[in-house]
Amino acid sequence: MILDGKCPTGPIEKSWDKHRFDLKLVNPANKRKYNIIMVGTGLAGGAAAASLGELGYNVKAFCYQDSPRRAHSIAAQGGINAAKNYPSDGDSILRLMYDTIKGGDFRAREADVWRLSQVSNNIIDQCVAQGVPFARDYAGYLDNRSFGGAQVSRTFYSRGLTGQQLLLGAYSALSRQIKAGSVKMYTRREMLDLVVVDGVARGITVRNLVTGEIESHAADAVCLASGGYVNVFYLSTNAKGCSVTANWSAAKKGAFFANPCYTQIHPTCIPQAGEYQSKLTLMSESLRNDGRIWVPKKKEDCGKHPGEVAEADRDYYLERKYPSFGNLAPRDISSRSAKEACDDGRGVGPGGRGVYLDFEESIKRLSEDTIRERYGNLFEMYEKITDENGYKRPMRIYPAPHYAMGGLWVDYNLMSNIPGLFVLGEANFSVHGANRLGASALMQGLSDGYFVIPYTIGGYLVTVKPGSVKNDHPEFKKSVEDVKTRTNKFLNINGKKTVTEFHRELGKVMWNNVGMARSKESLTEALKVIPQIREDFWKNVKVGGSGTDLNQQLENAGRVADFLEFGELLTRDALHREESCGGHFRTEHQLPDGEAKRNDADFSYVGAWEFKGNDKEPELHKEPLKFETIHLAVRSYK
Amino acid sequence: MSDHKTMTLTLIVWRQKNASDPGKFETYTAKNITEHHSFLEMLDCVNEDLIHAGKEPIVFDHDCREGICGMCSQVINGAPHGGQDRTTVCQLHMRKFKDGDTIYIEPWRARAFPIIKDLIVDRAALDTIIQAGGYTSCHTGGVPDGNAILIPKPIAEEATDAAECIGCGACVAGCPNGAAMLFTGAKVSQLALLPQGRAEAVARVKNMTNAMIECGFGNCSNHYECMAACPKGVNVKFIARMNREFIKAQFA
Repeated sequence: MILDGKCPTGPIEKSWDKHRFDLKLVNPANKRKYNIIMVGTGLAGGAAAASLGELGYNVKAFCYQDSPRRAHSIAAQGGINAAKNYPSDGDSILRLMYDTIKGGDFRAREADVWRLSQVSNNIIDQCVAQGVPFARDYAGYLDNRSFGGAQVSRTFYSRGLTGQQLLLGAYSALSRQIKAGSVKMYTRREMLDLVVVDGVARGITVRNLVTGEIESHAADAVCLASGGYVNVFYLSTNAKGCSVTANWSAAKKGAFFANPCYTQIHPTCIPQAGEYQSKLTLMSESLRNDGRIWVPKKKEDCGKHPGEVAEADRDYYLERKYPSFGNLAPRDISSRSAKEACDDGRGVGPGGRGVYLDFEESIKRLSEDTIRERYGNLFEMYEKITDENGYKRPMRIYPAPHYAMGGLWVDYNLMSNIPGLFVLGEANFSVHGANRLGASALMQGLSDGYFVIPYTIGGYLVTVKPGSVKNDHPEFKKSVEDVKTRTNKFLNINGKKTVTEFHRELGKVMWNNVGMARSKESLTEALKVIPQIREDFWKNVKVGGSGTDLNQQLENAGRVADFLEFGELLTRDALHREESCGGHFRTEHQLPDGEAKRNDADFSYVGAWEFKGNDKEPELHKEPLKFETIHLAVRSYK
Repeated sequence: MSDHKTMTLTLIVWRQKNASDPGKFETYTAKNITEHHSFLEMLDCVNEDLIHAGKEPIVFDHDCREGICGMCSQVINGAPHGGQDRTTVCQLHMRKFKDGDTIYIEPWRARAFPIIKDLIVDRAALDTIIQAGGYTSCHTGGVPDGNAILIPKPIAEEATDAAECIGCGACVAGCPNGAAMLFTGAKVSQLALLPQGRAEAVARVKNMTNAMIECGFGNCSNHYECMAACPKGVNVKFIARMNREFIKAQFA
């Protein structure tokens, strides 16, 4: 099937304004008749729930944490982009759009990226009004810093806490609506199934994580803002609870999963220290404003104290290879370069899987106090984990899975191929193409939540009669039964291996075979191994406790079971995409200098997969990408 | 860098089936722990052993494991988050302990935080306080340009100091009165310092204070235990600021 994103036509500058005008409106008096479900309360879900509640809709919001304030958006450190051009350094909406399309290696939809760039400015204003304490200068004006993939300073920030501050802004707006009664908040609930009646999304089935009760919730529209899936690699920068479960439950009900192979491996994370490790910690990309990345030129220097490696013997490889962007080259490129240096035997630290991020020169130029003021909390975090002082000795960093550019397929209105199912933020695939630039995830989450869905959902709701399906419909009962059956299945296997052991096993396969560099051989191997692990899981997993109690083993079992299915789809997508682009690097497809070699003639499309069961091949649907404003070009940061 | 010595530790952990169960301490052994394990990874290892042995693992709240989500909440050897400066449980590393140590692990204990199971407590009361007024009542859209409101750097920085609160509740757990004054004071102060928050300052401090009392939190009697427990170093001066705001509000 050829998919249609239903993007507006005509001049790009007018596209969103025209579309908003063309959308039908829901009469204010009718809004309260509509129920909307929001799954996830991070930047996208929190902002959307607050905005929709304020418009007058009845919103039910769900999160698996104990409070909506804890979604993993909170961990974003560096900043949020906007095309304000406050520093007058040549920024504009068009330039932000251009950088984002190019950063994504020409695999995103133009109209969506234009809209994102246009509303980026509104986001900053909105957050300021909420009391988000952005960094300011002494005169009181908003301050900016630079991020990867851009030659302008357009990143707004709040110390190394930008995600926290933006999320708490959205949480405060959400709290106001909860108090007002327009949003009903359900915490410690995990969505386990999407309920589809006659082809239309009508509600969800959730597990109350405290009592174990399986609950049915009906609505006129269901929004998923349930985040990304890179915990499929087991070790990642995501929170432990991040999973593909909500998205995968929708995929199993027919929602297409787009570009799952576009995963972002972030270049600046603290290297793994041991087998027992449960997660990896990111060090903000903003550090690369002042930190210089290097490895020794000679292998024999790798074991030395970094201070003993002479300046002439250091390879500042990003500055060498990409002189115009230097240490601020985009993430996919920086990560691959780090891997190449380590594969070349020039990595540092335990196992040789690390490169230096060095602040010596910046401290000399600016003083240690200035560096502390800019990144103090990040140095503190680094020291807690590694017991090393980043001011005195270069930090050691290594790439780690961080973000999912892929996600459920949505049209321009953020609606999936299932009518009534909307997908927001990291959970959808829409704007980042094959690689996301730094400080763009926060921008997308809040754009979708504050400024897109409040308009586009109305265009759908006017076409449906409110409350036409209730949660006593047979499809809801069937969904509850299905969830209970699966829960009992987990509890009754009583095998020999823990859920975590299976998750680690899957993660290793994904990281080694479907990680930073992928080949036909490694992917084929993964496609052989993943079903074996899955089969073993269903025979040999050990999940204790009961289904009617708080049971973290059971929660994790469901998440890992879904990763074991989804990981295969991700691998399949990577195998089918015979090109390198952004975060998807196929070793067979590279330019003579080792850069990604795209194949625009054959792969300039969104690959949206229809899942048909574990024993059947998924079906690929394509949405061709058109570039009318930004011309297709080889991406160069040299 | 590191040697590969491992530690064996004795854990004395609070186990409680549910809110109505009286609960009790149980003793466990953590083996093969290195200095690079985080505290939660050490507990993960103990739990893996318990699962293999067919016993119920210890449940505890955790999520981001990088010190920002505020989910983790354990009192370790009597100190919320383990008593290290500016450190959450998930950031605490085993290099702070030595081979043979005995470690006591308990949940947050406060009237307003009922225990759900083992080390997990219900902190919904903190959300209730924010819902009472921890926001500016701005609408989505229709707000002025970000630079239309000038906020000099020192004010922005002080507001950020208050806004660093991660809502974990360690201040409550550390306080002999089970007060949430540091939590509430931080939000009141953040918004009182900023021009955007001034318009509703009077109603905000009254409503949030009332919510705090209704939720069953105690009052401040200047022990400063909250500040010592706070993993983000939120300063007690924000309690003083809240008190000033509260007194001013009585005459507004």
